[in-house]
Amino acid sequence: MKRTSSKAEYWIVGALAVVGLIVLPSLNAFLPTTHPLHVTSFAMSVYGKYLCYAVLALGVNLLWGYTGLLSLGQGLFFSLGGYALGMHLMLKIGKLGQYKSDLPDFMVFLEFEKRFPDSGGLPPHWIPFKHFAFAAIMILVIPGFVAFVFGWLAFRSRIKGVYFSILSQALTYAATLMFFRNDFTFGGNNGLTDFKFILGYDINAPATKRVLFMASCLLLLAVYTLCRWLTSTRFGLIQRAIRDSENRVLFSGYATAHFKLLVFVLSAMICGLGGALFVPQVGIINPSEMAPDKSLEAVVWCAVGGRASLIGPIIGAIGVNALKSYATHAFAEQWPYFLGVLFIVVTLFLPEGVIGIPQKLRGWRRRLQGTLPSDPAAPTATPGSESTPKPAQSPTH
Amino acid sequence: MIHRAPSRPLFWLFSQLNHPTPLGARRVITHFCWLTLLVWFASNEIATAATNEFRTRLHAAILSEDLSEQTRIIQSLIGSPDDSVQQILSSWRGGALYWLELNETKSPVVLDPQVDADGNAKAFRVLDGEIVKGSDGSTQLFSPTELTPVDTTSKLRKVIKDTLDLFSIGNPDPVVRRDAITKIGQARELSLVPHLEARLAIESIPEVQNALKEAIALTQTVNPDAEKRVAAIEQLGTMRSINSLSFLKQLLTPTKGQGATSPDAATLQATRKSVVEIENYMFWGNLFGTVFRGLSLSAVLLVAALGLAITFGLMGVINMAHGEVMMVGAYTAYVVQNLFIRWFGSTGLGFDCYFIAALFCSFIVGAMVGLALERGIIRFLYKRPLESLLATWGVSLVLQQIFRHIFGAANVQVSSPSWLSGSWVIQDVLLAYNRIFVIGIALAIVVGTWLLLTRTSIGLQIRAVMQNRAMASCIGVRTDRVNMMTFGFGSGLAGLAGACLSQIGNVGPSLGQNYIVDCFMVVVLGGVGNLPGTVSASFGVGITDQILQPWLGAVMGKITVLAAIILFLQWRPAGIFVTRSRSLEG
Repeated sequence: MKRTSSKAEYWIVGALAVVGLIVLPSLNAFLPTTHPLHVTSFAMSVYGKYLCYAVLALGVNLLWGYTGLLSLGQGLFFSLGGYALGMHLMLKIGKLGQYKSDLPDFMVFLEFEKRFPDSGGLPPHWIPFKHFAFAAIMILVIPGFVAFVFGWLAFRSRIKGVYFSILSQALTYAATLMFFRNDFTFGGNNGLTDFKFILGYDINAPATKRVLFMASCLLLLAVYTLCRWLTSTRFGLIQRAIRDSENRVLFSGYATAHFKLLVFVLSAMICGLGGALFVPQVGIINPSEMAPDKSLEAVVWCAVGGRASLIGPIIGAIGVNALKSYATHAFAEQWPYFLGVLFIVVTLFLPEGVIGIPQKLRGWRRRLQGTLPSDPAAPTATPGSESTPKPAQSPTH
Repeated sequence: MIHRAPSRPLFWLFSQLNHPTPLGARRVITHFCWLTLLVWFASNEIATAATNEFRTRLHAAILSEDLSEQTRIIQSLIGSPDDSVQQILSSWRGGALYWLELNETKSPVVLDPQVDADGNAKAFRVLDGEIVKGSDGSTQLFSPTELTPVDTTSKLRKVIKDTLDLFSIGNPDPVVRRDAITKIGQARELSLVPHLEARLAIESIPEVQNALKEAIALTQTVNPDAEKRVAAIEQLGTMRSINSLSFLKQLLTPTKGQGATSPDAATLQATRKSVVEIENYMFWGNLFGTVFRGLSLSAVLLVAALGLAITFGLMGVINMAHGEVMMVGAYTAYVVQNLFIRWFGSTGLGFDCYFIAALFCSFIVGAMVGLALERGIIRFLYKRPLESLLATWGVSLVLQQIFRHIFGAANVQVSSPSWLSGSWVIQDVLLAYNRIFVIGIALAIVVGTWLLLTRTSIGLQIRAVMQNRAMASCIGVRTDRVNMMTFGFGSGLAGLAGACLSQIGNVGPSLGQNYIVDCFMVVVLGGVGNLPGTVSASFGVGITDQILQPWLGAVMGKITVLAAIILFLQWRPAGIFVTRSRSLEG
C-alpha cells in the first residue's frame, strides 16, 4: 500500500504539536475565563482523552495496518495500563474517601479487612503500587506480559487471520468478566474512581489538567516518532512483508512468530501507556472500558482514518471521538446508527480511510479527463462512492 | 361464613366430596347417583350426628377445666370431616372464641367475620352451629368487646397448634398434604405416629404414601426402642430419603451438652449405612442433573453455533451480526406470539400452536436478513475476511439500535406454550420441557443440515463452492447464487436459534451479544468447516461448563472454559477435527 505523501503528513504532525503543546495550553492558562477563545479545563481533559485514544489507535495500527494482525484485544491492554496507574491513584486518596479510611472505599465496603487481615485489608499485590515508580513500570510490564503470554501461545501454534482476532476477543471477554467480579480485588463493577492526587498535585486543578494534556500530546508525538522510525527500518520492512505474504517471509528464513510477538508486545505497551494517561484525565477506569466493543471501536478509528499510514489512525481516533462527544449530546439515539453506517461505508467504499480520499479524488479526476482510462486504485464496484467524501476532521478537535 | 350449617344432608355430602383424595373423590362421583338416592332415604339425624359427634367433643373440651382431658379430646378430633371444627380450634387458639351467657348457662360461640357498621356480628354456637337468636326469634348481633374470650394457656395453644398441623394431613390438595406430612415428619414427635399410620391406611396417592412412610420412619428414629429405631433408619436408607439426611447426620455427630446420650452401636452402624446409601443416591442424582443441564446448555450452544458453522465455517465469512440475526429470530417469535394472542386469545389450542408458526417465521425472517446482508455487503468482501468482520459489526450496531427503537431497550416477554412449560421429574431431578425441546430441536437441525449438505444436489454445490470456488465456477456452478443461498441458510438457522432461545432466556436487544463469543469459540474449537466438530465442541463446552459451575460459580466457570479453549488450541490449532488440505493457507 502506498504511503500518503510524507510532506503533508509532517505538516499535520507539526501543526498538531504546535496546537497541542503551545496554543491550547496557552489559551487555557492565559486567557480570562470570559474570553470567547478561552479553553476550559474540562475541555482540556476531553481533548486529552482524545489524544490517549489516538495513542491506542496507533497501537492498533502498528499491529493491524503494518503487520496484518487484527487484534480485538487492544482495549484490554489499554485498560490494564489504566488499572495499573489507577491502583496507584487509589492508594494516594488517603483518608479523603467516603469512609475516611486509609483503604480505598471499595475495599472498606467489601470488607477486605476480614479477607486480608495480615496487610490491614490491602490485598498483597496492591502494596507495591504505593510507589509511583513501581506503578509506572507496571503500566508497561503488565500489558506487555499479558501480550507476551497470549502472543507466544497464539503465534507458536500459528494461529492467524480471523482466528487470532476471535481468540483475542475471547481473551478480552474473559478478562472483562473477571474484572467485573468484586472478589477480583479491582473494584468490580464500579472500577477505580474518585482520585484526588497525582504525584502530590491536586488532580482536579486546572494546572494539573493542563500538564496532563501536554503529557498526552508528548506521548502521542513520541509514539508517532517511534512508529515512524520502526516502520522505516528493515524491521518495518519485514513487518509489512509478513502482512502481505507471511509464508514467503517464513520460507525466506525469518522466524515470523518472533517478529509478530515483538510487535504484539510493543503494541500492547503503547496501548497501556495510552490507558495510563487516560485514567487521570477521565477520572475513572472500570471494566466496561475493557469490553470487547471498545477494542472494536478502536479498530474503527483506524479504519476510518486510514490504516497502513501513521497519521490516519490519529485523525480517525480524534475525529470519531469528537464526533461521538458531539453526537451523544445532540442525538444520542441515532449515534449507533451513525457509527454502524460509518463502519459499513468505510469498509466497503474507503478501504484506505479518510487519508485515501485525496488520492481517490485525483484518480477520478484523471479518469474524467481521460488521461487514465482505468485507475487500478479505484475499485470498480463502488456505485455509491459519489457521495460527498467526509472532510478530514481537524486534528485539534 | 365461618362454618357450614350441618343440618342439611346434601350439604354434608358435598363437604364430604371435598375431603377425600382426588381418586377417592372420583369414586364418590361415580357412585353419586345412588348416593343421592341413599341420602334421600337417610334420616337427617344420622348425617347430623356424624358431624355433631366431633362438635360435641369439641364443646366438651372447651367446657372442661382439665388440661390433660382437653388435650386428649382435642387430639381425638383429628380426622374430623367437618371444616368448622378446624376453624373453631384456630379461633380458640387465636382468642376469638367467646363465652355467651344466656339464661344462667355459658356456651361457647364464634363470631361471623362479617361485621356491620357498629362492629357487631352474628354469633354461631359451637355445639350445633346455629345462629344465636333472641327470645323473639330474630338474629342477635354481638360485639367482640362485650364478650369474654374463652381462656387458653400456652400449653393448650401448643396442643391446638399441633392438632391443627395434623389436620392438614387430611387436606384435599395432595401437594399441601404431602408438604404438611414432610413437615410433621421433621418434627419427629413419636405421639403423632399413630395419626400418620392411620392416614397411610387410607391414602391412595403414591407420592403422599411415600411422604407418609418417610415421615413415620423419620419419627421412629427417635424411638427409645432400639429395634424399631434401627429398622426405621434402615428403611430411610432404602427409601433414599434426601429429606432425612441431615437428621441422620445429626445422629452420627456426637451430641454435646448434658443429658445427651450417644446412640448405641447398632443404631450408629445402621445410620452410617443409610447415610452412605442416601449420599450415593444424591451423587448420582446430581450427576444426572448436571449432565442434563450440560446437555441442555450444549444444545443451546449448538443451535446458536450451527448457523455460524455454516457462514463462518464453510464460507469463511466472519459475521459479527450473527448474534443479531438470532435476536431478530427471537423478536419474530415475540411478534408471532402477539399476533396469535390477538387472533386466538392468550390460552387454548390456537395460542399453543403459535410456537410452531414462530419457528418457521423466525427461520424465514432470519434467512431474509441474511440474504439482504449477503447481497448488500458481504459479497464485496469475500476476499477481505478481516474487513467483513468490521462491516458486519457495523450491521450489528445498526440492527440492535433498530430493535431498541421499535421494541424498547427492556426485555420483552415471550411466554411458553402450555406444552413447553412444566417439567418432568425423574428420581428427584427436574427436566424442564423447554430444555428437552431444545435438545430435540438441536438434534433435528443437525440431522437436517447434515442431510442437506450430503444428500442433496444443492448440498453438493455448496461443498464444491466452499472447497474450490474457481473450479466450481469453471464447471458451471453458479457460485454467486450458491454463496447467497448458503449464507441465507446459515442466517435462517440463526433465526431459528433465536426462536428457541426465546423459550429459555430473556429476549432483549443485547440477546445476540451474550452468545456471539461463545458461538465463535465453539466453531473454532470444533474445527472450522466441520459439522461433527461443531457438535462435539458444543457438547464439550456445555458439559464442562456445567461441571465446573458448582465449584467455581457461573462467571469463573465461563472464564475457565474460555482459557481452556485457548490452551486446547495450542495442542490442536485447527480444532478437534481437522479438515485436511494441502493448500498452504489451510
